[in-house]
Amino acid sequence: MNPTNYLVLSIILFSIGAAGVLVRRNALIAFMSVELMLNAANLSFVTFARMHGNLDGQIVAFFVMVVAAAEVVVGLAIIVTIFRTRRSASVDDASLLKL
Amino acid sequence: MTFPWLTTLIALPALGAVLTALVPSGRGPLAKQVATGFALLTLLVGALISIQYLFDVDMGVESETYEWIPEFGASWALDVHGISLALMALTVLATPIVALAMWREAEDEQRDPKAFFALLLVVEALTLTAFLSQDVLLFYVVFEAMLIPLYFMIGMYGGPQRRYAAVKFLLYNLVGGLAMLAAVIGLYVQSVDAGNPSFFLPDLIALDIDTTTQWWLFVGFMLAFAIKAPLWPFHTWLPDAAAEATPSNAAFLSGVADKVGTYGMIALVLPLFPDASRDAAPVIVALAVVSIIYGALLAIGQTDLKRLIGYTSISHFGFIVLGIFALSGQAATGATFYMVNHGLSTIALFVVVGFLINRRGSRQVDDFGGVQKPAPKLAGVFLVAGLSGLALPPLATFLSEFLVISGTFTRYRPAAIIATLGIVLSALYILWLYQRTMTGPVQPAVEGMPDLRTREAVVVAPLLALLLVVGFFPKPLTDAIDEAVEPTLVEVGVEPPEPLAPVAEHVEEGTGR
Amino acid sequence: MTSTLSALATAVATEGGHGGGQAVVSATGVFDLTWLLIAFPLLGAAILLLGGRRTDRVGHLIGCGASIASFVMGLVLFFAMLGEPSDGRAFTVQLWEYVNAGGYSVDVSLLLDQLSMAFVLLITGVGSLIHVYSIGYMEHDERRRRFFGYLNLFVAAMLLLVLASDYLVLFIGWEGVGLASYLLIGFWQHKNSAAVAAKKAFVVNRVGDMGMVLAMASMITVFGSTAFDVVFASAEGASTGWVTVIGLFLLLGACGKSAQFPLQSWLLDAMEGPTPVSALIHAATMVTAGVYLIVRSAAIYDLAPDARTAVVVVGAITLLMGAIIGCAKDDIKKALAGSTMSQIGYMTLAAGLGPAGYAFAIFHLLTHGFFKANMFLGAGSVMHGMHDEVNMRRYGGLRIMMPVTFITFAMGYLAIIGIPPFAGYFSKDKIIEAAFADNWVVGLATLLGAGITAFYMTRLMLMTFFGNRRWQHSDPPHESPPVMTVPLIVLAVLSVIGGFGLLYLGADIVDWLAPVTGEAHHDLPMPLWLLITITLATVVAGVAVAWAMYGHRAVREDVPAGNPLTVAARNDLYGDAFNEAVFMRPGQYLTRSLVYFENRGVDGAVVGTATAVGGLSARLRRWQTGFVRSYAATMLGGVGVVVLAMLLVRLP
Repeated sequence: MNPTNYLVLSIILFSIGAAGVLVRRNALIAFMSVELMLNAANLSFVTFARMHGNLDGQIVAFFVMVVAAAEVVVGLAIIVTIFRTRRSASVDDASLLKL
Repeated sequence: MTFPWLTTLIALPALGAVLTALVPSGRGPLAKQVATGFALLTLLVGALISIQYLFDVDMGVESETYEWIPEFGASWALDVHGISLALMALTVLATPIVALAMWREAEDEQRDPKAFFALLLVVEALTLTAFLSQDVLLFYVVFEAMLIPLYFMIGMYGGPQRRYAAVKFLLYNLVGGLAMLAAVIGLYVQSVDAGNPSFFLPDLIALDIDTTTQWWLFVGFMLAFAIKAPLWPFHTWLPDAAAEATPSNAAFLSGVADKVGTYGMIALVLPLFPDASRDAAPVIVALAVVSIIYGALLAIGQTDLKRLIGYTSISHFGFIVLGIFALSGQAATGATFYMVNHGLSTIALFVVVGFLINRRGSRQVDDFGGVQKPAPKLAGVFLVAGLSGLALPPLATFLSEFLVISGTFTRYRPAAIIATLGIVLSALYILWLYQRTMTGPVQPAVEGMPDLRTREAVVVAPLLALLLVVGFFPKPLTDAIDEAVEPTLVEVGVEPPEPLAPVAEHVEEGTGR
Repeated sequence: MTSTLSALATAVATEGGHGGGQAVVSATGVFDLTWLLIAFPLLGAAILLLGGRRTDRVGHLIGCGASIASFVMGLVLFFAMLGEPSDGRAFTVQLWEYVNAGGYSVDVSLLLDQLSMAFVLLITGVGSLIHVYSIGYMEHDERRRRFFGYLNLFVAAMLLLVLASDYLVLFIGWEGVGLASYLLIGFWQHKNSAAVAAKKAFVVNRVGDMGMVLAMASMITVFGSTAFDVVFASAEGASTGWVTVIGLFLLLGACGKSAQFPLQSWLLDAMEGPTPVSALIHAATMVTAGVYLIVRSAAIYDLAPDARTAVVVVGAITLLMGAIIGCAKDDIKKALAGSTMSQIGYMTLAAGLGPAGYAFAIFHLLTHGFFKANMFLGAGSVMHGMHDEVNMRRYGGLRIMMPVTFITFAMGYLAIIGIPPFAGYFSKDKIIEAAFADNWVVGLATLLGAGITAFYMTRLMLMTFFGNRRWQHSDPPHESPPVMTVPLIVLAVLSVIGGFGLLYLGADIVDWLAPVTGEAHHDLPMPLWLLITITLATVVAGVAVAWAMYGHRAVREDVPAGNPLTVAARNDLYGDAFNEAVFMRPGQYLTRSLVYFENRGVDGAVVGTATAVGGLSARLRRWQTGFVRSYAATMLGGVGVVVLAMLLVRLP
């Protein structure tokens, strides 16, 4: 199968993820959209590894997975804490990160 | 190996600062005593060094060089020559006096005075390093580092607008420092290009830099020094800082710390960039003359005592810069001598004004009147300090001002003539101030104002006595300065002006005996 | 190069140069002690000013002692000098090296010659008399000790001025007397008018000091030195332009110190000081320093005829101005101050005549020192007896109450208007002769001045000691104590015999000064007897007019309206008004606008830049909304831009 199709799929997944981050208010869904983008990137890496015939892309993909797993832990913890204190998981309700 | 006197001179106040800071709070005057003690110790070492150079007695003081960052050719290099000697003496002398003057002011403050005294010693150590340094990178570092303790000294202690003044002071000087940093790097690159990477001043002076590059580097250094000095139109931080800082702090700032600027001009800028200095001299002379007149006129127009003194300093700094860039031996010696005398005189003025402000609780000129009646001694020292400000002979300030004017006259006649107006204006601002505050009917609020106390007399008397003694016997100091100034001017490549009239013939014809 | 220069300067100093033609030799013997002249009063001043209240009780005695010691020293030196040959009476005393900077070196050394000797005796002699007088005059002042301290300071500075052998050292004395004058004019500091007058005197003097400083700067430029011997010896080698410039700068200095036009305005206000001060500083000694300066700089002025003309013009204008002002003043001290201005105008004019006039300038200076000090002290005695009243319209008929004051004052009066054989006759007549020999216009000015002098002095005399009594005190005026009248008597005697004595008894003052000032004989355009007759006739006419106006008729107590000239003279010929309109008001305006410019312009630019940066930051801050989704959008946009930019660059 033509590897280019994997890249097209990766672009589609990334676009869906980006649109999700921009459009959805719910923090959990935005979060999942971010994950989607990361996995789109992973797909690209693996595809490129296949195309170039070396393992660099696969190794990077593993790194991304590890970092993403760590990030999910921290991110979910923050979201849960915010939900507990504010009784809302909407990202538009919290704009505390400004002067 | 001989004893490292110069490093000791710098290490003493630094150590004193650390110990002062370590004194636990609530120990009463202990911090002040420690600080003043170390300032006096430094004075002793400074006196020892001065004696060697002023009176040719060998005390074993030698120049010192230790490796610092050998990769860059930067070193901890210290040396004393006439110019640095004069300013070193001023610094070690001024610090204990300022510390003693601050003694009472500190108690009136709400804050713990410990920090002020520790910072004062830090500034002393840094200022001394700047005056003695033979390494341009070291000079730059202490030049910038000095801003930090001064920023806190202005910002933590002083009048209601002190934060504004401190930030203004810091930003102004940082801008100048930034330009200087670029020029320092540029200078280093020049030494790298010449195949001898070094920050050592004599190495850099020996470099042959082309005129265009000299110009850029000159501008970088001069901007920093002109802001520090301060030269018109880069002066507006000084009146604010002088008005808001405590009187003793203002005294130290404009009397000692700012001299680093004028010192840099004569000890770094002239020998490093001789061509550019020669070309730019008319411009700087013009700015200096503007400073003299402008500062004096604004001093006349002030209603705030400390601001007024601040503006007189701008006028005097104008004289100093004028003397440096007149490029004649007489004027340059006069200018360096002026730095010392202005230091003594302005410290005396600020300190006495501080006594007045403390007593009355106001800095407005209009709130005083007839002070000489209840406090004749205070009025007396105020008058003498003022007279030193208006350069009345035989006070030392006179000779320096005269040397600057007459030295300038040999080269830039119009500038010298306009600068001479400064001696009329200085009489006006000082005597008018004296008239408004000290004479006339006694204002109700100053009735019963206490006269000069013993501690205050101890603070002021040495300053005035020194001005008088140096005024009568200036030769040891001016000789030392003159010796150091001459090679600088040779470096710049200006010939001393010949007398226009042939003296020799008449001596030969002279009647004789 | 610089070393050769200083070597030359030292060579000149040690080899001995021209001092107006006579050789100057290093002092030996008693002349080595010349510095004691200055040391005595300086020590006195130091003790009195630093000693504090401990010296309150004996302060006046220490002050007098210091001054008298100096006078005795002066006498010793004078007699020692008489023992020397007439062309070997100039001695230098090397004290210490002052400074050496950039090839310019100055020694603190003293020059004692015939000219400075004359001044030393005048300063210490009249000074001592005035010290003694002040014991009585200032008796009730609680700050008397300080007064004597200032007086001693003045005497020391004035002696340094006349004994210096370098213009820079002279300038130190010059400023010292200025300081003493400032302190003494403002001695009664609690009075605003005194403080203002003191400041005015100092500031106006400083304008003159500009001239001194620039003159010295010019000397350094031209000669490389300010030492008398070097400057005078090399003067001939300098271009006329430079010599003229130096002469004019020195004249500016002289105008400030000697209250000559256009810097005359401070002297009348200076009468705020205690009267002994007016007598010593503002009549007999300090204000004549300008004349000393010009005569001392004879070597310069001899080579600069244009500068001499300027000196003559200044002298002539001042002598007439002062005389006219003196005519209209009702304040006895101000009338005398106008007279002082006028008499110093005579001296300046004589000094401007060159070698023909230098000696006469000094001669008149000495006699004027006697009779003007006499009259000022007399005026002080009158004020003392009249409870500090200075308005002559409140005086009248005082000759009976104060016989000693009256008689002594009358001697001074006869001397100043120039009645033979009183002192002023000899000295003033010589100046009038020299002026006529030089120029008709100048001669007529001096003659007119003599007439006006006779008028205003007669007016003063008549209003004070003759006519109707216009005082209303319950206790009548009284004669002053002997401590005040004895100095008056001594000065009166000097006013009588001073002129004759200096000219004919012992050494002729002109011959005495000739080695310093040079000599020149002048040819009168008319026979001498005719000129003397005309002069005396003018004086008598002045006296007659004054008698007709103030002796014949009763003096009114209120001030009559007067003609425009009188009104102008009462206002000091609008000198103050001129200064106010031309310098003070524009100066105040300039200062005010500069303060505005500083705050809005210079500082405004700085603060403006800071504010602009701050404002920009505040705008930029709004972008930071804190909403996660807007940040995400920005990031996406940024990525888009980067991708686009890379595509654009990569595209072939």
